[in-house]
Amino acid sequence: MVLVLALGDLHIPHRASDLPPKFKSMLVPGKIQHIVCTGNLCIKEVHDYLKTVCPDLHIARGEYDEETRYPETKTLTIGQFKLGVCHGHQVIPWGDLDSLAMLQRQLDVDILVTGHTHQFTAYKHEAGVVINPGSATGSYSSITYDVNPSFVLMDIDGLRVVVYVYELIDGEVKVDKIDFKKTTTSNA
Amino acid sequence: MMISDGIEDEEKWLAEGIAGIQHNAFYLHRALDSNNLREVLKYSAQLLSELRTSKLSPHKYYELYMRVFDELRRLEMFFKDEDRHGCPVVDLYELVQHAGNILPRLYLLCTVGSVYIKSKEAPAKDVLKDLVEMCHAVQHPIRGLFLRSYLTQISRDKLPDIASDYEGEGDTFMDAVEFVLQNFAEMNKLWVRMQHQGPMREKEKLDKERNELRDLVGKNLHVLSQIEGVDLEIYRDIILPRVLEQVVNCKDELAQYYLMDCIIQVFPDEYHLQTLETLLGACPQLQSAVDIKTVLSGLMERLSNYAASSPEVLPEFLQVEAFTKLSNAIGKVIEAQVDMPVVGAISLYVSLLTFTLHVHPDRLDYVDQVLGACVRKLSGKAKLEDSRVTKQVVALLSAPLEKYDDVVTALTLSNYPRVMDHLDAATNKIMAMVIIQSIMRNSTSVSTSDKVEVLFELIKGLIKDMDGTSTDDLDEEDFKEEQNSVARLMHMVYNDDPEEMLTIINTVWKHIMAGGPKRLPFTVPPLVFSALKLVRKLLGQDGDVAGEEAPANPKKIFQLLNQIIEALSIVPSPELALRLYLQCAEAANDCDLEPVAYEFFTQAFVLYEEEVADSRAQVTAIHLIIGTLQRMNVFGVENRDTLTHKATGCGAYHASLIPMGLNRRSTLRLMRVGEGKLIRVLLCLKRSLRIANAAQQMVNVTRGSSGPVTLFVEILNKYLYFFEKGSPQITTAAIQGLVELIKTEMQSDSTTSNPSSDAFFASTLRYIQFQKQKGGAMGEKYDPIKL
Repeated sequence: MVLVLALGDLHIPHRASDLPPKFKSMLVPGKIQHIVCTGNLCIKEVHDYLKTVCPDLHIARGEYDEETRYPETKTLTIGQFKLGVCHGHQVIPWGDLDSLAMLQRQLDVDILVTGHTHQFTAYKHEAGVVINPGSATGSYSSITYDVNPSFVLMDIDGLRVVVYVYELIDGEVKVDKIDFKKTTTSNA
Repeated sequence: MMISDGIEDEEKWLAEGIAGIQHNAFYLHRALDSNNLREVLKYSAQLLSELRTSKLSPHKYYELYMRVFDELRRLEMFFKDEDRHGCPVVDLYELVQHAGNILPRLYLLCTVGSVYIKSKEAPAKDVLKDLVEMCHAVQHPIRGLFLRSYLTQISRDKLPDIASDYEGEGDTFMDAVEFVLQNFAEMNKLWVRMQHQGPMREKEKLDKERNELRDLVGKNLHVLSQIEGVDLEIYRDIILPRVLEQVVNCKDELAQYYLMDCIIQVFPDEYHLQTLETLLGACPQLQSAVDIKTVLSGLMERLSNYAASSPEVLPEFLQVEAFTKLSNAIGKVIEAQVDMPVVGAISLYVSLLTFTLHVHPDRLDYVDQVLGACVRKLSGKAKLEDSRVTKQVVALLSAPLEKYDDVVTALTLSNYPRVMDHLDAATNKIMAMVIIQSIMRNSTSVSTSDKVEVLFELIKGLIKDMDGTSTDDLDEEDFKEEQNSVARLMHMVYNDDPEEMLTIINTVWKHIMAGGPKRLPFTVPPLVFSALKLVRKLLGQDGDVAGEEAPANPKKIFQLLNQIIEALSIVPSPELALRLYLQCAEAANDCDLEPVAYEFFTQAFVLYEEEVADSRAQVTAIHLIIGTLQRMNVFGVENRDTLTHKATGCGAYHASLIPMGLNRRSTLRLMRVGEGKLIRVLLCLKRSLRIANAAQQMVNVTRGSSGPVTLFVEILNKYLYFFEKGSPQITTAAIQGLVELIKTEMQSDSTTSNPSSDAFFASTLRYIQFQKQKGGAMGEKYDPIKL
């Protein structure tokens, strides 16, 4: 089993001062094998912090990121799955599933991770899964009102991925999970 | 009576002394074995004569003394056993006084005295009185000190204390007290006299030697503290005054320093609390060279620990007005010791502050008083440059922060900022960071505009260039860290009440606006988002969104926002400003303020057209403009058209200037704008195809490009999007045609294969296939398309 942390839209220090303490205490170094980050960290300190949680860090550029050299999109293969990351401000209308599906086809990935809306979502369609881990700090968004801090942990095991979403609601961490199984016929 | 010189000589004399002792000890032991009293007395007196030397330093004398001491123990045992020598102790007491020289005589007398007291044939107090007075005959400092020390040692367990064996009629612990006090007084005098023994140039050596003997004197105080009969009253009325009298009158700095400290360490804290005035009263009377601040610090530390370990005594502290007394005493000492360096005075205040925080944490007025005293001490002087003083001042300022979880409490101390003003610029900033870190660590929220005002005044060294400094001097990493800390801090500043929150925002803006071009990019965004959060909060409130008369209403906030973002033009930061304008536009949209939203869009466009230079940045900017525009529902037809037209224009403007790859997607994005404006959609698509064809021409010139294929696949995907949304302009024929075109292009010789566009096309075809197989309305729609 391979653990992949997906998070983003922290907006530190523009919109938030830090990750919620309850999240910080959960993100223990050495437990996670990969991190995919949808961007908008925004500063190097956050990058360095994420690196301590896991050195294999993949970031896509958000529009407020201090580091302008992050790529617009990134793809990587983990086990049987191809993952793609993109911040999502480039896909208009923002949060539109059909448009995101288009991006997914373009990147040719099973799992697409995007952000920007600060709203956790996980959609399954015939070509794969689109995940939005929300905002890890619960920061202000023009798109979503009442944002709760959230992040996603994916457990990849063979052809199956279990997506755990952690949300901080009224001071308590709530966990939910969704199962996805990949059919083997996707790459004809 | 000169203290000896040369170490080698001393060693020689010591060796001689030891040899003398050993020689006489041999004969003494023989005499003891044969119970020969006369011989015993003779040889013990000779042995004791070795202690008559004046050639040894205290350290070496001590070695001699210890050997003698061992022999005297044997002697005492012999004296005690009357059967062995047949002489009653009362007679023995008489007998030993016949010894020739005074020193051996007195040692013997003390030894017999010990036996005498034990025998109880005479009241302890009488014997002790006799001995303590007789010792007066030895006035040589070292010899006298050791002799009296011997007296202390042997009398310890024979003092007439409460419930001791030696308590009796008229024989009370008061007599014991009296005895010890007398011995102490005499020993102190001898000790002080030592300083006159050597030439002035040897003062350091003398002091060292004196220090070696100090515990002999201090021992008496220990003994006093152990006397059971002594209670607070006795201590207060008799012991302390007598001891202090000695301390003050001896006018010797070494003795004064040691004894003050000894008193504090040896007697219970409870006593000190109740005799504070007396104890402190002695301080200004001491020699000016005495390091009284260390003594006072020691006292305050003890009392702090006392308070910490026994909270039930806290009322006592208040009752005796400990703080006031200490505070006054410190003031007097500083006044009296005009040469005391600043660092000394400040360190005293640090100790007092620590005391106050431990003992009276709720008395903020006390804390402020201490800070005020520091301000007075520091005023009139230039900014601090001595790093030791700076360190003390930082310790002073950090103490309240550490003590109070709610850092805001520290902010209410009126003298706090005044102390900070005396720090040099660099240390001031360090202190500011300490304050910020304290707030962040404790997750304190600063919730009134008054406190925010104080806070931002305190950290002004970070917020703007102070006199004589400039941001150019700073290390870039450090500067970033500072500014990011200030940014993070701004999220801790918050109040639920919208009016108060707006005042807070205005206060913060007032402070950071002077920050200059280097700071604004860090400080403006968090403030903007604070304001946007406030707007959203106002939206969420019941009833109508606050009318224009209300002090906190969205329109006012947008005016302020405009001002704030405008300030970025001096940096200049057009990309950041553009993003913030768009955020404001969205918020204005949510508030139904059409003209305000329109104005923000206009500002964004101006920046895009005139300021954003980098082509990649322009693409992102266009994405953001279009993405935001797509979400606007407040605009009437006219405004919407104008803005959409501008956006399209922006895309087209680049047609000839920007590399192909970047441009085509911009144009494609434009299609999202104006749902229902299908003609415009078609125009965009056609334009895209034209561009794509132009790109095709370029391919023939620049080999290896597969740009057009990827572009066609993208367009195909867009076709499918609008096809599914029911756009009548996109027909199955058009789709089919594009599919065939792509296939042809891919197989053509002039095209180099590109795995990513191949994959993209493949997944697109899979998608079409999937939709066809869906059945129902979607399946029917897709049916005409053949793959």
